[in-house]
Amino acid sequence: MIKLIGQRAIASIFSLLVLMVLVFFLSRLTGDPAVLFLPIDATEQMKEEFRRLHGLDRPVLEQFWFYLQDLAYLDFGESLRKARPALEVVLEAYAWTLPLALITMALVMVAAIVLGSLAAFKTGGFFDRLVSIISLIGASAPDFWIAIVAIVIFSIGLGWLPTSGVGTPVHWILPVAVLFIRPFGLVVQVVRGSMLAALQAPYVKTARAKGVKNLPLIFVHTLRNGMLPVITVMGDQAAALLNGAVIVETIFGFPGIGKLMIDSILQRDFNVVLAAIMVTALAIFIMNVLIDIAYGLLDPRIRY
Amino acid sequence: MSEALLTVKNLSVDFHTARGTVHAVRNVSWSVSRGETLAILGESGSGKSVSANAIMNLLDSPPAEIVSGEILYDGKDLLKISQEEHRALNGKKIAMIFQDPLGHLNPVYSVGWQIVEMMTAHGRPHDLAHKRALELIARVGIPEPEKAMRKYPHQFSGGQRQRLMIAMALMLKPDILIADEPTTALDVTIQAEVLALLKELQAETDMALVLISHDLGVVAEIADRIVVMNEGEIVESGTVREVYHEAKHPYTRKLIAAAPGKGEIKIPNRSSPILLSVEKLSKSYHSFHALRDASFTVARAQSLAIVGESGSGKSTLARTLLRLETADSGHVYWKGKDLLTMSARELLGVRREIQMVFQDPTQSLNPRMSVYELIAEGWDIHKLMPARQERRARVIELLEQVGLIAEHIDRYPHQFSGGQRQRIAIARALALEPELIICDEAVSALDVSIQAQVIALLDSLRQRLGISFIFIAHDLGVVRDFADTVIVMKAGEIVEMGPTAQIFEAPREPYTKKLLASNLDPDPDVQAKRRAMGIYA
Repeated sequence: MIKLIGQRAIASIFSLLVLMVLVFFLSRLTGDPAVLFLPIDATEQMKEEFRRLHGLDRPVLEQFWFYLQDLAYLDFGESLRKARPALEVVLEAYAWTLPLALITMALVMVAAIVLGSLAAFKTGGFFDRLVSIISLIGASAPDFWIAIVAIVIFSIGLGWLPTSGVGTPVHWILPVAVLFIRPFGLVVQVVRGSMLAALQAPYVKTARAKGVKNLPLIFVHTLRNGMLPVITVMGDQAAALLNGAVIVETIFGFPGIGKLMIDSILQRDFNVVLAAIMVTALAIFIMNVLIDIAYGLLDPRIRY
Repeated sequence: MSEALLTVKNLSVDFHTARGTVHAVRNVSWSVSRGETLAILGESGSGKSVSANAIMNLLDSPPAEIVSGEILYDGKDLLKISQEEHRALNGKKIAMIFQDPLGHLNPVYSVGWQIVEMMTAHGRPHDLAHKRALELIARVGIPEPEKAMRKYPHQFSGGQRQRLMIAMALMLKPDILIADEPTTALDVTIQAEVLALLKELQAETDMALVLISHDLGVVAEIADRIVVMNEGEIVESGTVREVYHEAKHPYTRKLIAAAPGKGEIKIPNRSSPILLSVEKLSKSYHSFHALRDASFTVARAQSLAIVGESGSGKSTLARTLLRLETADSGHVYWKGKDLLTMSARELLGVRREIQMVFQDPTQSLNPRMSVYELIAEGWDIHKLMPARQERRARVIELLEQVGLIAEHIDRYPHQFSGGQRQRIAIARALALEPELIICDEAVSALDVSIQAQVIALLDSLRQRLGISFIFIAHDLGVVRDFADTVIVMKAGEIVEMGPTAQIFEAPREPYTKKLLASNLDPDPDVQAKRRAMGIYA
């Protein structure tokens, strides 16, 4: 198990490096930040000055070399926009995205597992059909549309919830609810399918022959076996949220990593973009390790 | 006979499937008393498991529908009681064990947890359950019970898993134990041990045992009474001796006649030329010696059987000599040329001359190819054989040779029965006009009567076409009927080799003797005699 994680870590460091090289050079292909940061009527001299100040006048390879040197000290450079260390700006945004992602995924996990398992237990019944319809709608409705409609109904129409911003727990309700819908729809389907297969397994027959009650039959005997494919899909969905939900964060004015990223890209704030990508990549790597550990905990055949 | 403990009366169950209603069992009646063993004997699809599943409330409806009948236990009709009443009886009063203990134990929980749950599910305190589990695990012969409790199913051998299943079933001292093909997946020596254990435990607890089996030998060994089922109906019932010696129904007689191991023993023809000569062939995986210094020869039209228990290296031997696995050392001479060192081009030619037939025709036949495509495919690979316009005629000829008919040519594998599918696999092998066919457990998955037919087919091919066979099997009865020479393998080594008559009638090695003793004879008297001689001791 530890060996497995070690192997993963080495492979991940390699992919992080490749990713960094790609992003560094590709972002510089998009053009010159001086054009965007300085006023339209800025003189060529002012632009020259701006580039020298930020080291953008050097050859690209030299810039890359300096960048690598700084990176060795975990220095991702300065944000052009905010004139603060890029890493600080990124971590600040991440402090908003991480809880948003965690709360959403926790809710998705609980709701999807309970509803999906019960639907699988009574396939074809009313409850199963209801869950299928809800999940299908959830998995296929575009989140920006749901976000806007939710604002219209709950914020403007009923006036129950704030339209945007952060500050009080109430501000979190709409972003979490909107982000919840898609992964929920998808994961419910996976749980249902996986549980359906697991319920056909011979060991379930054994449990029934033992006189095990229905609830432990589903949630103890079957669920742990049915969870393995579910974890994989949940990981994919969580990765999407850890990347920052660009659209939902923008609509609700939520100061997360997705919003920061899109703003920085539009402004060619290279250092922030790079730092944000490295931090999200690291987060996703950690999550994958956690998934591997979860696999091992759920299935002893992987451990022994 | 004492009063019946459990009585099944006029039970009829239908299965509603997409292809219409199937009458799984019709008017089935049987009963079992305390301390008695009743065997339900039947081939696949005979409905032998249906009544047991109805007793345990394990039939899923839909598709199953109980049309009529009653199941009387303890003054109640089990078909009328509530789900909760059923749950309370299951495991506590009536317990069940199954064919495949690996699949029937939950892979993600320790066996201790699963065995203890048998009692906690019925409201008994955990510490009491733990204590009883330890006792029973020791009783069924698992070493280091404390440690075994913490292990997971995949960490045990097949025989140990079945012992653990038995321990679990006996936790609450049930009145009735239903055993559904409990030894079918086990090696013969392990089978004998598990059956002996079941008998001992039955004697200790005086429970009723309902044994569901397709194997006449197992039934003869353990049962007091038999009911024989065919196509959902009971065709015969009586004591083991009555059924074996005085069967009234033609089906029962056919079944008994088909039991392997009764025919004349073949004598190897020493004058025919040697086709294949294997010399000191070895293969290991890391430090595990799967095959050590195997040497033997196969002559034209010879039928050589390789017997041994799982893990003895039978299949490794076949795969290594065909170069499907790389040998560590040794030589395999095919008509004088070393197969292990020849060029890829030459090897392709040999691959045509040596064909394989596998155990499970359901898996070895591509479900998306028609019979014609399956049989003719090899001709494209080897770029020879009949011209395109003659192919259909040749395929039909091959089908007729293996006992199928011309109309079958455009059908797909799922439209055939297991025995027919194996015939298709044999026709596919014959299409390339091989000189040697390696059958890897080719008849093990088939019902006894079908088995006998396939064996007869292979033998006629051997005689008519002069094809040689390497016949890998664990069923000694089948081997005795088919082979003229036998190789006995154990732990990667050949322990004994000789003409079939010598191996079966005058075995030298203790392992061969043990193997033969474990092989259950369908004749209950033969079995009783063997027991009296203490052969199992």
